[in-house]
Amino acid sequence: MSFVYNKLMGGKEGLTGFILLALLVLVVFPLCLDLFRLNLVGKYLTYAFPAISLVLLWGYGGILSLGQGIFFGLGGYGMAMFLKLEASSPENTAIQSTPGIPDFMDWNQLTELPWFWEPFGSFAFTIAAILIIPAAFAYIIGAAMFKRRVGGVYFAIITQVIAVILTILIVGQQGYTGGINGITDLRTLNGWDMTSDYAKYLFYLINCALLLGVIVLSRFILTSKFGSLLLAIRDKEDRVRFSGYDVSNFKIFVFCFAALISAIGGAMFTLQVGFMSPSFVGIVPSIEMVIFAAVGGRMSLIGVVYGTLLINFGKTAFSESFPELWLFLMGGLFISVVMFFPNGLAGLWQDYGHHITDRFKFITRLFKRKESLPLDDTAKSELAN
Amino acid sequence: MSTSTDLTLAIEDLTVSFDGFKAVDDLNLYIDKNELHVVIGPNGAGKTTVLDLICGKTKASSGSIKFLNKELTELAEHEIVRSGVGRKFQTPSIYENLTVFENLEVSYPYGRSVLGSLFFKRDQNVIDKIHEIAKEIMLDDALDTESALLSHGQKQWLEIGMLLIQDPQLLMLDEPVAGMSVKEREQTGDLLKKISKGRSVLVIEHDMDFVAQIAQKVTVLHQGKILAAGQMEKVQNDPKVIEVYLGH
Ligand SMILES: Nc1ncnc2c1ncn2[C@@H]1O[C@H](COP(=O)(O)OP(=O)(O)OP(=O)(O)O)[C@@H](O)[C@H]1O
Ligand SMILES: [Mg+2]
Repeated sequence: MSFVYNKLMGGKEGLTGFILLALLVLVVFPLCLDLFRLNLVGKYLTYAFPAISLVLLWGYGGILSLGQGIFFGLGGYGMAMFLKLEASSPENTAIQSTPGIPDFMDWNQLTELPWFWEPFGSFAFTIAAILIIPAAFAYIIGAAMFKRRVGGVYFAIITQVIAVILTILIVGQQGYTGGINGITDLRTLNGWDMTSDYAKYLFYLINCALLLGVIVLSRFILTSKFGSLLLAIRDKEDRVRFSGYDVSNFKIFVFCFAALISAIGGAMFTLQVGFMSPSFVGIVPSIEMVIFAAVGGRMSLIGVVYGTLLINFGKTAFSESFPELWLFLMGGLFISVVMFFPNGLAGLWQDYGHHITDRFKFITRLFKRKESLPLDDTAKSELAN
Repeated sequence: MSTSTDLTLAIEDLTVSFDGFKAVDDLNLYIDKNELHVVIGPNGAGKTTVLDLICGKTKASSGSIKFLNKELTELAEHEIVRSGVGRKFQTPSIYENLTVFENLEVSYPYGRSVLGSLFFKRDQNVIDKIHEIAKEIMLDDALDTESALLSHGQKQWLEIGMLLIQDPQLLMLDEPVAGMSVKEREQTGDLLKKISKGRSVLVIEHDMDFVAQIAQKVTVLHQGKILAAGQMEKVQNDPKVIEVYLGH
């Protein structure tokens, strides 16, 4: 019990925050929003996965990655490839010159399925690939960088460059990837209609459950000795190294874990939005993810979820009316948060939140009074039953 | 030079050059079991560089460093630490965002692998050990204090404690009393005497009074070379030493 309370939830404060978030996404949103908006929130919540990954990586580990879009994209594309293959059955694509392959391949004069697409016909393989490939790719990048002690700005720039290269590759290799349009027209999952209302609710709930699960798992990591070590590495890397730790292994691990989380978000994005394209892989989305984390509070697993939601609501509201202004506004917001509120929304809540919670103290007081009352007879007999 | 000895540390013909500048030049230095050895020397003499070489922070250009007959120059930093060498940095190097307790816990020599640290359990052994060390470094009342709030001297002690908890065979301290008050210096002197029982200690120091208080053997370093070595009194009266170091 104390393991769950302290290690998975992060004590009283963590538990309260977790329950409030769970209530918001599992109860309040589904009850208050129509399906269109709920689906939109579901999409936003998939961005919270890479934002959470940045809490571990950047907030605690001090490793700024400007390339989380890489892993979000890999996860998303993995799922999209599976769905696209299903959508491209010979019956569905009978009018193509080569039936049975995705439409964009046919348009690009491909006459057979490329070898690396083949295994994505299997759902089990796809899930495994989403969980393994991004993490393995992160391992390669991480081992190459951290073993050579590349860090700080250099690491940030290199991740950024990799994100650019990946985007260029996807856009350039149209016949294999769907190019700039991405992989579209995804309708069924194992023969089951993904666009139905029921499916949308279900995906939304699965997404929330995974998000909450990721928060719990991340909390476990951060409350373990590993979490203290991450902070220690961020502050005094040499001291950690000369205390007998192989620092690079810790950085590689947290980078891989961050990639894994981001990839799950990407896969859920594809399922809920129904397509995947390079515009969720490159520089802009990767930097946006950092902004979500910064605004929400890069030291707070829960805060970044609110940060992600807030910015995306703002983006939707604003970019409809003033699309040109939005980028400047977001840039300005980012700079002011970093300069004036380094702990983001979570920091504000910690500093000023008690003004609000104090008003609601009466609720806890109500409960307390009930508890301290001696049980009357009816209550006792109820308990006995 | 693969002679087996019962020395804790045997440094032979050690040289490191930075772009042709020899910061440590053909150095020989031996430290016995249970010896408290002090290295003194003017600024830029190469004292810190010697520690950097021993703990693997800087790679030697040539020469050998044997710790309990094990060659260190080939090993990675964390392997050197794990074989029993602890090093305190010249400026206190602690984790300011963690409490004193957490600083010591992070330094506890179990759970040093990724998985080990994820599943590390704060059991009674760990807690007892941390309390024991905290008492030794006079910080047992400050276990829950965020270490950024400690005084400069306390930070130095905390870093010493972080090394002690690993129970190293060779403890190397770079200017442990720099920036300390007179009283703190005395307490640190007592602490050093206590912790040098059962292990070898290599101290780098500027403060002559402090050296006189603790030292058994002193080596004077100058421009990367040994100028004099031996008992404190003898060294203090050496004309060469007086000229380059004690004279001013
Ligand atoms: N990594 C390095 N690259 C180039 N030069 C270096 C490097 N490390 C040390 N040096 C030089 O080597 C010389 C010895 O430096 P070191 O820090 O060992 O001196 P020190 O005896 O510890 O002095 P202090 O008493 O000031 O701490 C200095 O001239 C320094 O500039
Ligand atoms: Mg020095």
